[in-house]
Amino acid sequence: MTASIEEARRGFRERLLEAGVLVVLGEPGLYAKSGVFERVYRGVDALTETTLAHLGAEVLRFPPVEPLALFEKTDYIASFPQLTASLSVFTGGDLEHAELLTARAEGERWERFLEPAGVLMSPAVCHPVYALLTGTLPAGGRNFDVLGDSFRREPSEDPMRMQAFHMHEYVHVGTAVSALAHRDEGAPLMHALLESLGLEIDYVPANDPFFGRAGRMLAKNQITQSLKYEFVTPVYGDAHDPTAISSANYHETHFGQAFDIRDADGEVANSSCLAFGLERITLALFARHGTDLGSWPAGVRARLGADA
Amino acid sequence: MTGAAAREADIAAIRDALGRFGRLSVSAGSVAPETDLYGVGFTSHAAVNVMLALEDAFDIEFPDELLTRATFGSIAALADAVSRTRAAA
Ligand SMILES: [Zn+2]
Repeated sequence: MTASIEEARRGFRERLLEAGVLVVLGEPGLYAKSGVFERVYRGVDALTETTLAHLGAEVLRFPPVEPLALFEKTDYIASFPQLTASLSVFTGGDLEHAELLTARAEGERWERFLEPAGVLMSPAVCHPVYALLTGTLPAGGRNFDVLGDSFRREPSEDPMRMQAFHMHEYVHVGTAVSALAHRDEGAPLMHALLESLGLEIDYVPANDPFFGRAGRMLAKNQITQSLKYEFVTPVYGDAHDPTAISSANYHETHFGQAFDIRDADGEVANSSCLAFGLERITLALFARHGTDLGSWPAGVRARLGADA
Repeated sequence: MTGAAAREADIAAIRDALGRFGRLSVSAGSVAPETDLYGVGFTSHAAVNVMLALEDAFDIEFPDELLTRATFGSIAALADAVSRTRAAA
């Protein structure tokens, strides 16, 4: 009998915890990662860089949070309110602090004494790039190599769905032609990289988890216009839907318009990004090859620089 | 109101919603009913806001099958969608 998807997810989570690949932190979807996880993760990350080195992308590393003004322009709250997380901070004086401590001593939740800071957890690592590009691009557009923390509020027992994770993205901002070329020329390279690690990969049209009724319309548009593709792999066996571990996205003028970016001809800029889900790729490898790194195929370990 | 006058009124309300939420590169008043809105700067995200504004203005709820890119492709297509939704209500 086939295990349900929930059983399959719990089983994989238990194997990862037993083998010490991940360590739980007391909240679904938040983990500490062990040394063996980190070795594979670093190998995967290094391979993304060599695979797309020819882009000559400008390197930018962002903090895990972003300013409200930037977040606003991305329209994220309209599309994904269910994933959004805002930081709150203490701004009171002694009196408010005393009230907070009293509530805390009585066993109450005390976060309600905090105020929104105007800083949000970054849900997508490429967003801050566009805020830097307001103005006119050079001919040929620009390429960026961005890596950072993402936070999406979706607590889950599925180890593939973490709340805090990292994406390594290769972003192009330019014309419609150059942005589509970036996506469609990069995707086969990503596909080959993932397959070279022994993963069974499909490249399929996809949609983001847009919220609510309006979201169903955005999701339908994304599919009919072939804006988003995902690299999926059967982490939980062929009886269950495969899991996305990377994506290739064409944003049309969404960010160009929001951040007032123009291409060299003065038209609203188009953008696209190639996004590697580093934790998801790493975990897909543990699902595929087992939790004992020493018994992985030698070729895979060599590719990852995780030989001995 | 005659059918033609009702349609004119719908189109005026659609132009109003487009003007406020469409983020078009041209004035909504100057867009012909058959003009491709996506050709004048309309986007999927703006379409969502226009959809919500129209539902509010006409006190209707578009059925899921009309929540497509084509429905929001022109003022005429929007007017058709509004009258179909109203007729089905
Ligand atoms: Zn991106």
